[in-house]
Amino acid sequence: MNARGDMATKGAIRIQNVDKMYYAREGAVQAVSDCSLDIRAGEICMIVGPSGCGKTTLLNAIAGFHDITGGAIYLDGEMLCGPDRPKADPGPDRVVVFQNGALFPWKTNLENVAFGPVVQGRLTKAQANEKARGMMADAGLVGVEHNYPGEVSSGMRRRVEIVRALMNDPKVLLLDEPFRALDSLTKSVMHEALLEIYYKNKVTIFFITHDLEEAIFLGHRVAIMTTRPCKPKKILDVDIPHPRDYSVLTSPRFRSLMEETVNAVHEEAVKAFEAGEKEM
Amino acid sequence: MSAIVASAAQPRPRPGQSIFRHHVVRAVISISVFILLWELGSRLKAPWVGEVPPPSVVLDTWIPLLTDQGYWYSWYQSSRRVLSGFLAAMIIGIPFGLAMATSRVFHDLTFPVFEILRPIPPLAWVPAAIIFWPTQELSIGFVIFLGAIFTIMLNVIGGARSIDVRFFQAARSMGSSNWDIFRRIVLPGVLPSIVVGCEVGIGITWNVVVAAEMISGGGGAIQSSAGGGLGFFIWNSYIGFSYPHIVVGMISIGIAGYISSAIIRRLGLYVTPWLRVR
Amino acid sequence: MANVIRATSAGEIGAWDMFTYRVSKWVRSPTPYLMLVGFMLFFGAWFLLSEVFRFWRFASLPGPRQVLIEWFNPNPVYGMSLYTPDYYVHVWSSLRRVLYAFVISTGLGVPFGLFLGWSKTFREFTFPVFETLRPIPVLAWVPLAIVMFRGEETPVIFLTTLASFYATALNTMLGVQSIDEAYPRAAACLGASKWQIFRHIIIPGALPFIFTGLQISVGVAWFSLVAAEMVSGEYGLGYLINTSYVNVQYPVILIGMISVGIVGYASSALVRLAGDYLMQWRVRELALGAGR
Repeated sequence: MNARGDMATKGAIRIQNVDKMYYAREGAVQAVSDCSLDIRAGEICMIVGPSGCGKTTLLNAIAGFHDITGGAIYLDGEMLCGPDRPKADPGPDRVVVFQNGALFPWKTNLENVAFGPVVQGRLTKAQANEKARGMMADAGLVGVEHNYPGEVSSGMRRRVEIVRALMNDPKVLLLDEPFRALDSLTKSVMHEALLEIYYKNKVTIFFITHDLEEAIFLGHRVAIMTTRPCKPKKILDVDIPHPRDYSVLTSPRFRSLMEETVNAVHEEAVKAFEAGEKEM
Repeated sequence: MSAIVASAAQPRPRPGQSIFRHHVVRAVISISVFILLWELGSRLKAPWVGEVPPPSVVLDTWIPLLTDQGYWYSWYQSSRRVLSGFLAAMIIGIPFGLAMATSRVFHDLTFPVFEILRPIPPLAWVPAAIIFWPTQELSIGFVIFLGAIFTIMLNVIGGARSIDVRFFQAARSMGSSNWDIFRRIVLPGVLPSIVVGCEVGIGITWNVVVAAEMISGGGGAIQSSAGGGLGFFIWNSYIGFSYPHIVVGMISIGIAGYISSAIIRRLGLYVTPWLRVR
Repeated sequence: MANVIRATSAGEIGAWDMFTYRVSKWVRSPTPYLMLVGFMLFFGAWFLLSEVFRFWRFASLPGPRQVLIEWFNPNPVYGMSLYTPDYYVHVWSSLRRVLYAFVISTGLGVPFGLFLGWSKTFREFTFPVFETLRPIPVLAWVPLAIVMFRGEETPVIFLTTLASFYATALNTMLGVQSIDEAYPRAAACLGASKWQIFRHIIIPGALPFIFTGLQISVGVAWFSLVAAEMVSGEYGLGYLINTSYVNVQYPVILIGMISVGIVGYASSALVRLAGDYLMQWRVRELALGAGR
């Protein structure tokens, strides 16, 4: 749907030696330590790790919700945050889809989706509503425009939120365990829905999850992170061709990829469990 | 407290940041500015504030009182009334509220009367109470009791209703009897709401005590001989044109009220240790 | 009795059908009958104790029959009933004062509370003073208010406004603080400026708490008003209750009390209804059983 000119340089993220230290009540906590990761433009990059390991901190740094205490993050060569500027500004080029959903309950679904362009002043309300209707229809959301988010199912809410994000032609879509609260049946449908949406709008997707299957199914690459402090432990290239559908889940290649990575993930999971860390 | 948009809430300014960012420093600054404005406004005869005695005069008036026995006796009288009325409200209100929350029959029988009496402000009961009760103290006590009890009962009922139904289910599946459930699920579950109800209730109680003391001290048309207490002290000062004493009385009650709220909060945390979030 | 709930073609159940279903269920439960019994027990006891048996101190209290007869009397013995214009003068006096106080305290309290919740700087500089003044019971201000503000009306309105202001500001602040931090963050990454976040997120998000605060503030307003009127004032229901005691017109005391109760309850209900109207989304959400 979007005419993307030069796709190759849109939405590449470089995370370079990033440190993040929190000052919590019990003292200083190192959430991220010397973390470096390159995310290619237009790819789906899955970030896998145990709960509380600091993956969300990375996402928050890219989104501009938190500052970093060391290193730098670049988006398409431009510095988002770094030594002179510890905190990035949140913006519509890097839209976040939140774990527990952040659709505004007091606005209808349509108003939610049209929100971005309207507040930025890029479109009038009428134009935004029209575009919103179109994009919602594309995502299979017809007939719920004038409902409030509290009135529709959670799967639908997720899709509305993703469409709301995409309305802004973002370079990067930051997804923080968006399907965590869904049951696995809805989840598998959502995976296919997400991929469909992705094929129509090639954005870079930075997707945090603790579900290894989800990661391998969706991603071009899977980065497995260590427990706190967060650092990439192993990066997996998922060479299953796109477009994918759920039949991929039982393919031999999928199973072998799982075998390769499950040990790494499990190791970190056990460490996190034994540390008994509360999620940040 | 949720942080709005920006960085995670830093509990205190990081080393190197300006001292003016520390919340205690800011509190001290703002209260000092307030006292300064009060002093200036009062001395310079600003509208309204000009009628109020300045803080310096108030302080001068207060210091000799600190050694005056009558002054502390007023404290004692007001506190006694607050305590007895409040305790009575708790002793009757908590069981009543629990009964209303747990028994449908009891709730339906008492609810209409409860809802009808509740909107009547406690002080509107004063004349009726004076007619009914043989002594002044009893009528004041009755009004105080009414003031606190509705709040406490509301909070008890709300608290009991909001106990997650899964706690009951878990208890039953582990073989608890009705009494066990009441003792181990309902009571602890309702405790936080009781504490909140008490915090609100004590504020109402002080209001009622002060007003009752002012009224019985000659405020309005109801005269009587009994009285005393900080409310009476304030009213008396007003009648006697000693305005600095009015302010002294107000601040004294404020302090007394603050202390009682703090005590309740402390006790509340003590009986609900699981609420002490890390 | 067959209960047919007709679904519309979209699979929704109409609001009227829901309503009639709920009412029919209520009528068939023991609830309304027990309520009636409780109601009658109370009034019956009052009646018997004060008018029939004249038991102990109840003898000096007017009974419900006396009060009702007087209240509905076109020619009342003590000059105050639903038929006398004076009665409405008093009711309106009190109502007017509460209205002024409510409008002023809401107009000041809501923005103040919003800023308290929204800006850490503002809060750290302003909240300490607010919290220092708050423990002073509003009614302790009565003499000072009389000294500060000349006239009869202003002190009363000041006191009522002060009490409501505390409740409104505090609850508004809590409302802002209760907003899940994901919402302003989401708005920020969708490109909203700080003021747009304030307008589209903070204000609607705090609305449920604001309306709880407004309901409390109406209750508190009546509480303070009646007290203030009893101590100093002309006209008004508090004043009426006071003077009818002094003039030994006991049934009027009760008329006054009941009137205050009714008007107070109605004003609270009005605020609640206004809240329900403004927060349609919440009403629908709660109706579907969601807990947010």
